[in-house]
Amino acid sequence: MAAKRKKLAANLKRYWTVYVLMLPGLAYLFINNYMPLPGIVVAFKKYNAKLGIFGSEWIGFQNFKYLFLTSDAWIITRNTILYNAVFIVVNTVFAIIVAIILSELYGKMKKAYQSVILLPNLISTVIVGYLVYAFLSNGSGFLNNSILPMMGKEPISWYSEAKYWPVILVIVNAWKSVGYSCILFLATILGIDRSIYESAKISGATKLQQIWYLTIPLLKSTVVMLTLMAIGRIFYSDFGLFYQIPMNQGPLYSTTNTIDTYVYRGLLQLGNISMSSAAGVYQSLVGFVLVLGANTLVRFVDRDSALI
Amino acid sequence: MITTEDKVYQAIGNAVMILLSLAAIIPIILMVTSSFTDNNTLIQNGYSFFPKKWSAYAYEWIFLSNRDTVLKAYGISAILTAVGTILSLIITTTLAYGISRQGLPFRGAITFYIFFTMLFNGGLVPTYMNYTNVFHVKDTFFGLLVPGLLMNAFNVLLMKSYFVSSIPGEILDAAYIDGAGEFAVLRKITVPMAKPIIATIAMFTGIAYWNDWNNGFIYLVKRTDLYSIQNLLNRLMQSIQALTQNTNASINAVEGLSQIPKETVRMAMAALGILPIVIVYPFIQNNFVKGITLGGVKG
Repeated sequence: MAAKRKKLAANLKRYWTVYVLMLPGLAYLFINNYMPLPGIVVAFKKYNAKLGIFGSEWIGFQNFKYLFLTSDAWIITRNTILYNAVFIVVNTVFAIIVAIILSELYGKMKKAYQSVILLPNLISTVIVGYLVYAFLSNGSGFLNNSILPMMGKEPISWYSEAKYWPVILVIVNAWKSVGYSCILFLATILGIDRSIYESAKISGATKLQQIWYLTIPLLKSTVVMLTLMAIGRIFYSDFGLFYQIPMNQGPLYSTTNTIDTYVYRGLLQLGNISMSSAAGVYQSLVGFVLVLGANTLVRFVDRDSALI
Repeated sequence: MITTEDKVYQAIGNAVMILLSLAAIIPIILMVTSSFTDNNTLIQNGYSFFPKKWSAYAYEWIFLSNRDTVLKAYGISAILTAVGTILSLIITTTLAYGISRQGLPFRGAITFYIFFTMLFNGGLVPTYMNYTNVFHVKDTFFGLLVPGLLMNAFNVLLMKSYFVSSIPGEILDAAYIDGAGEFAVLRKITVPMAKPIIATIAMFTGIAYWNDWNNGFIYLVKRTDLYSIQNLLNRLMQSIQALTQNTNASINAVEGLSQIPKETVRMAMAALGILPIVIVYPFIQNNFVKGITLGGVKG
């Protein structure tokens, strides 16, 4: 015991400068991530700006009760989970297809393709909003002026009809993310030992058979890992995608409102702190359970890929 | 030996990839052609890849009557990106270095303190209240710089695993025995040996700062003069007035430019917003791809 303490003291003395080095980073996490945590209690209070978070009156679970009595709670939960689920499936399928095609191509173009399809990932969501607007704008959008008339169809007022947005948002998300996700699959494929393809060829396997029986099974663990991690984040949505791309249009809320946009609007546009904070806590808690659950599964599948 | 099957596959593969590459850049092309369209033509015929009448009037209008607003927003974005990336690298590297030191007492507890922020967060409401009521970042440059972006646990853990796996602890210990302090070890041994990961994180952080609109959106309420290019673009979507509000007088002063090309100016501004990314991209794309692979191993 005494020896242990002595060793600790010696180590503390030896490493004290390391603690000094770490201080700014630790302090930032304290400010950015830990200091807000006590503020979570605002969800259990009747918030009064004059009294502040801690001076406001306790009202127990009433904010939650009201939140779950509205149809909003169901809509934002459904939208958040369903969109994420579809994103996971669509992005994974497309990314795998692109990765397989790229891995089999010869020549220099391969790299050029990869760079080009990755470019949308570097564009800010605000600008993506502009790009989508150029296609969908009611008055002068490309679809309403060039594509729909060509097909003999009437113009659609995209920004006031909610039913089209699930498709639009899935396309926009895929446009932005497939280039990014395919890189990981491509790296996995390029790591596969080429000699197994040679022997498959010699045994007479066609290209498609090689892809189906060799490449895809070998991608399985990467797919499982990435999917599990995405499921861990299924309760969080990309705020920019759901706020900027539909231009915050009221008539679209039924298909574009997610937990994150709901919390934002409640806090900064409607001044409805109680509902907003209740939804926020709901997201934090369920999100926490899901991240932990997913990570446990990941660790079970592949120890090295787990977060910790 | 190239078989017929190979040739067919190459042809189909190239065709598909050409289509996908087009799909990736077509929206950007539409934006650029629209920005060079005559405003009345655009109102009449809509956004088009082949406008009937070309015009650079939108850009002329921006540069002649609103140069100051746009240049200022560019400047703020540039300063924000530079300052943010440098500060972020410093605190990320020093923290990662600390938890990479095997003998450090309480190393496990500190690592968990960092890791926990990836599992749980208080969400927007408490974070907003903390930053506005305690730190008063509302309507300051700090509102753009600090919340959320300055450092994240993921980058710290990524850098730490790079340090652990590619810099042998013996080298560090030997340096220590030779009398080098921890700071000297970090500066002279760890940082030079970890250049790839530092460059990668610098790049991702830089892009995050350049593209961020969220902080300005939330924390800049009155000080629209602190708008980054993204915030200016965001406001511009709602109203062209955002661009002209500070320069009302100068518009009328510029002869012949009194008419605002409302539709095309939006796209011209968006094109100006993308431009720096498009210019830098060819230089960073290799590192970008490598960086994604590196980060992908852990999430």
